[in-house]
Amino acid sequence: MADATPKPRPKPFSIPRQPMPEQPPHVRVGNFREVPFGLTPDLAILEASRCIQCKNPQCVKGCPVSVQIPEFIDLVAKGKFIEAARKIKETNALPAVCGRVCPQEEQCEMPCVLGKKGEPVAIGRLERFVADFERVTGNVEVPGVGAPTGKRVAVVGAGPAGLTVAGDLVQIGHDVTIFEALHKPGGVLMYGIPEFRLPKEIVQAEVEYIRKLGAKLECNAVIGKSITIDELLEEEGFDAVFVGTGAGLPYFMNIPGENLIGVYSANEYLTRANLMKAYLFPEADTPLNKATNVAVVGGGNVAMDAARTAKRMGAKNVYLVYRRSKKEMPARVEEVHHAEEEGIEFHLLTNPIAYHGDDESRVHAVECQKMELGEPDASGRRRPVVIKGSEFKLTVDTVIVSIGNGANPLVPSTTPGLDTNKWGNILADQETGKTSKKGVFAGGDIVIGAATVILAMGAGRKAAAAMHEYLKTGAW
Amino acid sequence: MFPILETKEIAKNVYLQKIQAPRVAKKRKAGQFLVLRRTDAGERIPLTIVSSDPVEGSVSIIFQAVGKSTTEFARMKAGDAYLDVVGPLGLATHIEKFGTVVGIGGGIGTAPLLPIATAIKEAGNRLLSIVGARTKDLLILEDEMRAVSDEIVVTTDDGSYAKKGFVTNALQEFIDRGEKIGLCIGIGPVPMMRAVAEVTRPHGIKTMVSLNPIMVDATGMCGACRVTVGGTTKFVCVDGPEFDGHQVDFKELVMRNRAYLREEKTAMERIEHKDGKCMGGAAVPAGGGN
Repeated sequence: MADATPKPRPKPFSIPRQPMPEQPPHVRVGNFREVPFGLTPDLAILEASRCIQCKNPQCVKGCPVSVQIPEFIDLVAKGKFIEAARKIKETNALPAVCGRVCPQEEQCEMPCVLGKKGEPVAIGRLERFVADFERVTGNVEVPGVGAPTGKRVAVVGAGPAGLTVAGDLVQIGHDVTIFEALHKPGGVLMYGIPEFRLPKEIVQAEVEYIRKLGAKLECNAVIGKSITIDELLEEEGFDAVFVGTGAGLPYFMNIPGENLIGVYSANEYLTRANLMKAYLFPEADTPLNKATNVAVVGGGNVAMDAARTAKRMGAKNVYLVYRRSKKEMPARVEEVHHAEEEGIEFHLLTNPIAYHGDDESRVHAVECQKMELGEPDASGRRRPVVIKGSEFKLTVDTVIVSIGNGANPLVPSTTPGLDTNKWGNILADQETGKTSKKGVFAGGDIVIGAATVILAMGAGRKAAAAMHEYLKTGAW
Repeated sequence: MFPILETKEIAKNVYLQKIQAPRVAKKRKAGQFLVLRRTDAGERIPLTIVSSDPVEGSVSIIFQAVGKSTTEFARMKAGDAYLDVVGPLGLATHIEKFGTVVGIGGGIGTAPLLPIATAIKEAGNRLLSIVGARTKDLLILEDEMRAVSDEIVVTTDDGSYAKKGFVTNALQEFIDRGEKIGLCIGIGPVPMMRAVAEVTRPHGIKTMVSLNPIMVDATGMCGACRVTVGGTTKFVCVDGPEFDGHQVDFKELVMRNRAYLREEKTAMERIEHKDGKCMGGAAVPAGGGN
């Protein structure tokens, strides 16, 4: 398939931001297919022609991995989609993922000049479009890599941070092996983010790209159990290690009834649905409880993912129970909007205090109390305060607790000399990823706590640069 | 891929398999488990590692074919391979000189007991073993347990072999004859472990049990395996699998293990339908149950 023919460019300010066609809500709640269809070539060219090619592009500064945004958009406007994809890949090895899950409204699109008077250029949609175009048309090309340096790097965790480190270092010529605890690479991209938001085929294609660059991948290797960091350095001959093990320890609220059947952590619910494909049960072996009324506790992106997954698993009513108001929700506006469109019922300023079960210990009700907002707390958000006597019950048969994740202790607890903070996050320099242990770097959620894919990738990018320096000089 | 080196049926519907898994074999200690997956649509099944050979790079497991996945595992032959083998997982058994130790294995629970009993014996303890089963056909590892024990009592519930009665009767007899027991380890069906804990409780005998709840990732990420121990929630996959039997909320564990009975039945019916025959057997939880 040839690139679309470019048409003469219209004036940028005369064109509105192009919407991305998507499955209508009543249709998509009945399937796990991706919600947006993506831009067409014509729409992409039109959208790209809105970019005014700033001399001093603010969008690039907003991107944690400094994608050359005006350059790639210019190529899109000229119909050179493949070239555009390669331009992005100079600084971002996972464009099809980032085009889908980055919070562009807080990053590249926020400082866009067009956004001052109207709407910013849809940078994320364009990134997604060119990455998809390159993949679907079979034009993915693997660039040459640097001459072998003779240095070996172990990357722990095949999530966004680890994949970025691997991609960067293998391109320089280092010998990189990625160790992944689960049976499939991708980390949260595989187990956490649902198929309808990020098709797993796309994740695997992007991982495959990193492998084609030359990175080795060993799944089913639980670092801290199967092998320790010290063994990687001392016995297996690695010169440096990057730890990107993520935020994989689900928090619970420690309220009565939390261990009833049907009360899940969001991690468990989403892992069953995404990684283990419970929506295909019994074609896939791993099941999920059939549920009619589901309560999701929390207000972040993961809560939205869980709520929308529950709807697609066949729940009639999905309640989102969040203790603050909509304004304080940490979820992306777009995710909240999609959830509302799909009929998720929001119970705001509401907090669960207990779960009640039937005689088989299956959850059948969540007891809640209403809250009101008081003075701002440490996070700057107004603190929710209990309204006395406001208790009520919601009838449910599944609860998904989505109040965040802590640091998985497997690596820190088995690595002498690797310092952590009081929450178990690895202490690492923000600019270099250097930890308290020589030769060991860390980045992503294991350092900063549960955050976003692109922040983890940004940390990976910085760590890769520092690791290269360390491998070259040996200076710590 | 992780090829099966040997497989045999060691008791009715109970299988021993030796699998090539060098990393697991190298690191594994008594009390730890691994996770297996046969196909890409398969669930992650946790099973105790019975023994390992670091030189050969192999590990041995013993399982009962009760659910869909374990039934499919049982049909695999030497030369067939598992798609995924992960481990070793969980904490290793705490081994020290306790003096006299009573090791109790009930049914398939004797499989996880054997490596622990061996390590206990190697640490210089006096080991009194009780190996029991519902009936003679289900008894496993009698000779292997005998080889590491200073004394062994074998029981069958129905009296079809050796001493008639429950493992707890034999335990009571050890206590009654005045044994000074430093540690009791009981592994088997949940009701058995609960019964063992109740026998030792009045005597203040430290009692460890090894739990086998439903798991998914088995690395501490999902919390499917939560169990209440001493009023606190623990994740069996990373905090266990062994806990103080006097502190475990067994009632909750029994209930949680029943979470997917319906789904497991559906899955079993499908393979029975495919076979055109009835397999029988009790349903067990899927999602990492058995």
